[in-house]
Amino acid sequence: MNKLLFLLQKEFKQIFRNPTILRMIIIMPILQLILLPLAADYEVKNIMVSVVDLDHSPYSKRLIQKIDASSYFKLVEYSPSYRKSLETVGDGKTDLILTIPRGFEKTLIKENSAKLHLAADAVNGIRGGLGSTYLAQVVGDFNREIREEWLVMPRNSEIPQIEVTTANWYNPHSKYPLFMVPGILVVLVTMVGAFMTALNIVAEKEIGTIEQLNVTPLKKHEFILGKLIPFWVLGMVSITMGIVVAFVIFRILPVGSFLTIYAFSAVYLFGVLGIGLLISTFSDTQQQATLFAFFAMMVFILLGGLYTPIEGMPRWSQILTYFNPPAYLIKIVRAIYIKGSVFSDLKNDFYVLIAFAIGFNGLAILNYRKRMA
Amino acid sequence: MMSEVVIHTENLTRKFGDFVAVNNISFDVKAGEIFGFLGANGAGKTTAMKILCGLLSPTSGVASVAGFDVYKENEQIKENIGYMSQKFSLYENLTVRENITFFGGIYGIDRKSLKIKSEELIRRLGLGLEADKLVGSLPLGWKQKISFSVAILHNPKVVFLDEPTGGVDPITRRQFWDMIYEASAKGITVFVTTHYMDEAEYCDRVSIMVDGAIAAMGKPSDLKKQFGVENMDGVFLQLARGAKRSE
Repeated sequence: MNKLLFLLQKEFKQIFRNPTILRMIIIMPILQLILLPLAADYEVKNIMVSVVDLDHSPYSKRLIQKIDASSYFKLVEYSPSYRKSLETVGDGKTDLILTIPRGFEKTLIKENSAKLHLAADAVNGIRGGLGSTYLAQVVGDFNREIREEWLVMPRNSEIPQIEVTTANWYNPHSKYPLFMVPGILVVLVTMVGAFMTALNIVAEKEIGTIEQLNVTPLKKHEFILGKLIPFWVLGMVSITMGIVVAFVIFRILPVGSFLTIYAFSAVYLFGVLGIGLLISTFSDTQQQATLFAFFAMMVFILLGGLYTPIEGMPRWSQILTYFNPPAYLIKIVRAIYIKGSVFSDLKNDFYVLIAFAIGFNGLAILNYRKRMA
Repeated sequence: MMSEVVIHTENLTRKFGDFVAVNNISFDVKAGEIFGFLGANGAGKTTAMKILCGLLSPTSGVASVAGFDVYKENEQIKENIGYMSQKFSLYENLTVRENITFFGGIYGIDRKSLKIKSEELIRRLGLGLEADKLVGSLPLGWKQKISFSVAILHNPKVVFLDEPTGGVDPITRRQFWDMIYEASAKGITVFVTTHYMDEAEYCDRVSIMVDGAIAAMGKPSDLKKQFGVENMDGVFLQLARGAKRSE
């Protein structure tokens, strides 16, 4: 026990003397929280539309006006032919081409329906897809408007109008930062926990001081605790920084309790520290450890549901996410932040986090050797 | 004269795959002795030393240090030895005093006596002014002296020194050897590897390893007589010339 105190004393002194670690702890949360939610926004704006109006009728003009009025679209071109428009797509100047066929108005009035043609540049699938959806909505609106005009005096409205209204529960305005911030907090804790621990231990291997420790009567568990505890503390500091930054910049506060967030983070951190420790037992140089941790981090984030919802993944990769610790904490922290979930709602996830902590640390301890075989 | 055997090996062997790094070496080191462990680069000195320190498992053979078996009791061995590795092994971003406190602490010295010991050590090394400077800022020769002092702070039975004087000037080397003599006078057995043949002359007894095996062992004076040469350099050259492996 006494030896552990000496270790902790040494570790904290070294941490406070290492400007890189301090910078990581302070600057990383600020940068990530400012940049990611603001820049990595799914909302697609300024979709560039090229219109090929072959009808030149009042109705076609009205539709074009309506599109132009929407803040999502930017009319970049009126083009005489579809082929000409296609060239601008090739140049990357246009995302969508709307073709209004000749006789649009006439058919609309005569046959009560008319066709429009919409082509989307699908190189950026999200942009193209969302753009077409938005434009379809605008056309739908247009459709309803003229219909209402035609049925000024509905004797008995022949066509029942069904309108779908949506309600976004918990995040009524679909505020993107509110969705991203909790996820980023998890990424932060994971980085501090897994990266820094691994790098710290491997650095001792590189310098040779670990050999000096291995030749002392220091016990394996003392060494491991001496490494885990300081980075556990740093991880908790880092998540606190993140919470503060999220409040200062986005005015986001959890609906649920801080205590629940800290309770889950505390257990989760031991799990990722275990991952860091495990990485350090496999790597001999900081370069190896970095590459390994980087690879792990990519998988963690891609399979973590930070950007893409896990529910939308194919079945096999959904199963993989069961073994991905960040996937749990991202879900948990979002639930606490946005829905205000309480501990009992998330009890099962808590057990899973405990299992991760025991599992990874167990593997790391088994794999850590004071003596080479 | 004490005659307790502190290090004992018999047919000690370590293989890495097909490569026999240490091949059937047998020797005894007695308490208080300064035992020089010589050999060219790649001869297997460091491997043998790591086995004795409990950093590496042997493949076969018998070895014990301070009465403890290297196979089963390597953690007890660690209570009784000090070790100074080839790589410089103090923490560069801790001060001299902090390094002393840390290593003393993990050897189980309590804080009170640690304080007294480290003050005394700093005074003896004449580092009063540098005690609170980061070790990284000190010259190599000083670092090595501090390293050695830290390695014997807990009064081990044996201290293992792996090329402790590599890269330092002759004066500092001489001072370093004075420290080794002091330690030996206090009853600490010294097991030292070196490349410098003048240092070999300072040892009570030396062994010379060639290609993983011990090619010669004895007092420096006896070896010189046996090989008919004037100094240890001559002995070493005669033996090492036959070596098949080098770095």
